[in-house]
Amino acid sequence: MRWTHAVALAVLAFGLAACQKPKQVQPETPSTPAETAGTATTGLGTEAGATTGTAGAMSAAQQQALAALQAKNIVYFDYDSSEIKGEYIEVVAAHAAYLARYPNARVRLEGHTDERGSREYNIGLGERRAQTVRKALMLQGVQDAQITTVSYGEERPAAEGSDEAAYAQNRRVQLVQVP
Amino acid sequence: MSCKRCGAESLARTLGGALSLIVAMLCCMAPAAHAQLRLDITQGVRDAVPIAVVPFGGQAEGGPGDVAGVIASDLQLSGRFKPLERRDMVMRPITGSAIRFEDWRLLRADFIVVGRVEPEAAGLGVTFELFNVQTGQPLLSQKLVTNERGLRATAHRIADLIFERLTGIPGAFSTRIAYVSVDGRPPAQRYRLVVADADGYGPRIITESSEPLMSPAWSPDGQNLAYVSFEGKASAVYVQRLATGDRRRVSARRGINGAPAWSPDGQKLALTLSRDGNLDIYVLDLASQGLTRITSDPAIDTEPEWSKDGSSIYFTSDRAGSAQVYRVSATSAQDVQRLTFTNGYNARPRLAPDGQSLGIVTLDRGAYRIATFDLKTRNLHVLTDGQQDEAPSFAPNGAAIIYATRGGSRGTLAMVSADGRFQQRLSSDTGDVREPVWSPYPAAPR
Repeated sequence: MRWTHAVALAVLAFGLAACQKPKQVQPETPSTPAETAGTATTGLGTEAGATTGTAGAMSAAQQQALAALQAKNIVYFDYDSSEIKGEYIEVVAAHAAYLARYPNARVRLEGHTDERGSREYNIGLGERRAQTVRKALMLQGVQDAQITTVSYGEERPAAEGSDEAAYAQNRRVQLVQVP
Repeated sequence: MSCKRCGAESLARTLGGALSLIVAMLCCMAPAAHAQLRLDITQGVRDAVPIAVVPFGGQAEGGPGDVAGVIASDLQLSGRFKPLERRDMVMRPITGSAIRFEDWRLLRADFIVVGRVEPEAAGLGVTFELFNVQTGQPLLSQKLVTNERGLRATAHRIADLIFERLTGIPGAFSTRIAYVSVDGRPPAQRYRLVVADADGYGPRIITESSEPLMSPAWSPDGQNLAYVSFEGKASAVYVQRLATGDRRRVSARRGINGAPAWSPDGQKLALTLSRDGNLDIYVLDLASQGLTRITSDPAIDTEPEWSKDGSSIYFTSDRAGSAQVYRVSATSAQDVQRLTFTNGYNARPRLAPDGQSLGIVTLDRGAYRIATFDLKTRNLHVLTDGQQDEAPSFAPNGAAIIYATRGGSRGTLAMVSADGRFQQRLSSDTGDVREPVWSPYPAAPR
């Protein structure tokens, strides 16, 4: 099945990201004691600071990681499908790695569809897409409490137009990191 | 009453070439600062009945209270009548005794309406008379009392009476429509919930938001609208009282809160809620806030609609793979029954006022179109020929369905008679308009 294949790949990607994590974070905290003193006293303690929910409370490492994620935060879908395609497994894995690394980080999964068909039914399809991404994130160690989902159905298109090019842009889940 | 059954009328459903004539008689003086819908006559209807509605005496022509203009526009909007152009009316009788029927026969009018507006102690008296042009026979005559502000409503009332006299179906011109309009380009869009007269006149903004508004639903008494708003960055269902603007958030549970549908007694709302991402139908008691789960299926269950007696709920589900229409008991959550089998997609069931059929969205040869589904015979009858027609809503007399379609790149509204023979389009000058819902009849006439 394609789904199990996808999960296996994603778990692998997550594993790789997790391995690199300590190397990046450990040396950074002592090197910037003045900046982080107010929010954390140890390397891993930076996450406690993040509970305040403001970007200012984030470590430089987390801010950097977050900025990197924002460049790639959309998963596109085929018509009438909620399956995560191979090319987007990395996108999901990167977000999963970040969320697992920073348990106080939050993500909002916004599910969307193209404009074809009935509006409330499309709300259901958008939700199904958001749930697929949610499950993929959870399989990669993200906590349920870190994730919220919302489905906009066809109500918030990314692209105007009634052609396949626009439809393809609109069938998507946006992973919005809430700092 | 039920016009759907008169398919026996064997007049050919041949639509003439595009007349491309735009009747913009309604476009002046909108009371609210919002784009007015207007009737676009894009298709000539060959078997529409020609009728002369002569400008009424005692009135300047062309204003919003032009009684004959409003009557003619209403009759035109029904698709069943083709009012004569005013410029062809050489004679302008204002009483029945002044009509020279041979003149109107030459103009090929089948019927003629004349009338006058006269000052009275109580305000204004509006008298109208309807005749058969061929026989000269008087068919209807009545005097209604109103005032300057009530002239339009009186004209709609007269159109209702004429329509009923000539078709046997009560008119629905004195009703209203609610719809959603959207301005701006994504992602910066402005959503408005609007209520206007059934002919699109007098749009009034009920609520507006930079986040989506959707799924308006009239309460059975016509006093409240339920709708979905994403203003809190998540969906919630609101009920708003139109007279006062007071509104109340009735459901803002985690996940989806959508697709509100009023029970026939107005006491409950059927809703779509999601628990763990799974959409199911629930019933919310508005007074007690008590919630009853109706469906439990891992598929998408949504778009509930009550049966006329309130005992069952129609809904859309893709439990069998594709979206189809089902029925379930409104109390026991038992006896889920699949209704539609024709076509690979059938959704958004809306009940006809007589309770005998559903208006639905169906995937017809690759296009989303409006159809009726007869609950007894299980026949599915496609009514429209657009590419993306959606959101059907019956007129309270059951004679027509208003729906959303695409006109070029924009969403517009359109009407089709319940037998599919007559189509008319209501378009907006700006923005997208969508999700039209036709109000019930007003409570008792005052």
